[in-house]
Amino acid sequence: MKFTKFLTASLFAGFACLSQAQLSIEITGAGASRIPLAVANFDGERIVSQALVSVVRADLERSGLFRMVDPGTAPIGESAMVSYGDWRAKGADALVAGSVVPLAEGRYDTRFRLHDVPKQALLTTGGFAHTSAPYQLRATAHRVADAIYEKLTGEKGVFSTRIAYVVKSTGRFELQIADADGANPQTALASREPIISPTWSPDGGKLAYVSFESKKPVVYVHDLVTGRRHVAANFKGSNSAPAWSPDGKRLAVVLTKDGNSQLYLVNADGSGATRIAASAGIDTEPQFSPDGQWIYFTSDRGGSPQIYRTAASGGETQRVTFGGSYNVTPRLSPDGKSMAFVSRDGGRFQLSLMDLATKQTQILTDSAKDESPSFAPNGRMILYATEVGGRGVLAAVSSDGRVKQRLSVQAADIREPTWGPFVQ
Amino acid sequence: MRPVLPFRALSSLAAIAAVLAACSSQPPAPEQRPSGVEDRNPNAAGQTKPVAGAFDPMSIAALKDPRSPLSKREVFFDYDSFVVKDEYRTLIETHAKFLVANPKMKMLIQGNADERGSREYNLALGQKRAEAVKKALLLLGAREDQVESVSLGEEKPRCEEQTEACWAQNRRGDMLYSGEF
Repeated sequence: MKFTKFLTASLFAGFACLSQAQLSIEITGAGASRIPLAVANFDGERIVSQALVSVVRADLERSGLFRMVDPGTAPIGESAMVSYGDWRAKGADALVAGSVVPLAEGRYDTRFRLHDVPKQALLTTGGFAHTSAPYQLRATAHRVADAIYEKLTGEKGVFSTRIAYVVKSTGRFELQIADADGANPQTALASREPIISPTWSPDGGKLAYVSFESKKPVVYVHDLVTGRRHVAANFKGSNSAPAWSPDGKRLAVVLTKDGNSQLYLVNADGSGATRIAASAGIDTEPQFSPDGQWIYFTSDRGGSPQIYRTAASGGETQRVTFGGSYNVTPRLSPDGKSMAFVSRDGGRFQLSLMDLATKQTQILTDSAKDESPSFAPNGRMILYATEVGGRGVLAAVSSDGRVKQRLSVQAADIREPTWGPFVQ
Repeated sequence: MRPVLPFRALSSLAAIAAVLAACSSQPPAPEQRPSGVEDRNPNAAGQTKPVAGAFDPMSIAALKDPRSPLSKREVFFDYDSFVVKDEYRTLIETHAKFLVANPKMKMLIQGNADERGSREYNLALGQKRAEAVKKALLLLGAREDQVESVSLGEEKPRCEEQTEACWAQNRRGDMLYSGEF
């Protein structure tokens, strides 16, 4: 029986099956001051360039930081002369002009330049050039959007990154991975039992998660390239809440082998479990600070669930949250300066953000069942799970609370999102 | 309340316990092998029906029969509470006696929590409930290596409506015996 179960899980564990459930993203809020941007059709092979440019436009528009100016249908090549007056009249501050040039063996060269319309000059010299195969069209478009985003905002774009989440349909749980725009969803693991707490390794090559396929929570590490996985923690009792150390060598996990839920460190291969902190109650939801110095976690040691932190090398524990009677799921921003978490106010569970230096806290949402926040690797957006009309959806909100997106799939619950790292 | 089963009934359950343990989903430890089963029930050899059907129906009835206290496996908890309420004292005593009388029998206690709040924190709450049931059983003589407490958190709700009555159903510990998990 055990063996059959193992076989079933193994069969499911491939990374080949393309999922049917496509994520759709809806923009529900935008930034206060948006840069007016025109992305003209690229010159070159028409069908390819238009498909590419539509992905670029969708990426940039979804970020909420740009107001897309209608560029008309005429393509403007990478090195074409630009009549700045016309673009100024259309209200564009920035213009993207590019070309797609077919190369040998069906490959394409994609190039673009970014124009500063008011200054009537190229925003940067040099521009962008990228060679790709046709099946990499979307990936190329995300790279173009990342480059435009970085030049106009000064921070790295996240359009080329991936997200992971769990889709629950009747009697079935799927751990899926998709592009940040919801395209190309693939199923890494399907199971009849729940899957929770997926989290990306810092190199983006693996996911750690908790699976209940053996009638209890067990922590796995799943290699996304090979589709193979191994048990990282399966001690007597429950095993849960994996969190990668920034170097990807270790996992903080929650084990109950000595009683209640407590924090331990294990090597990523599952060896060498050592206790990090000790309390008489619950310690859970560990997360490393980006510099690896601290482990933030949820504990009820003070009577109600609050967020604490302890030095990763051991030592004193400090309480981080004080307001309210329920503050859980600490998630540090990539720069380590702020912390997203979920706080309960009345009966509402809302995504909140704390400036760790000033302890100033802001509630970012007006929903009531927020869970599982996860920062984009550039720190701009926070992806989280919430509920709309009794159904689980994902949502994203900018750290200033202005830009809002909703991601949902047809006829299924979607939950437990985790945003992957920058693509190397 | 029904009296606790007499020792004779319990000892014949031990045989079943041993067999159930052998076909449990856990890898059988050496001490779980069903020694002497054939002697007690030669008809079992070659049986293709479920193992349970091959043994003393009275003993099976004790674990599965709704009239037996051993068939009651649930302990419900108050909101944000991990205290095993007095009303479950007799139930816990019955199961503890069963475990003492059947040292080869193992139990998995699955703790559950209602859906409100963080999944991982709810997993920890469910664990606290399972652990409370386990501690009560150990105080009454069950052995540490007989009982494992785990949590399903909010992941396996029995009731999915968003009402207090429904949430109360999900704040629960379930006691499962070898062969049932």
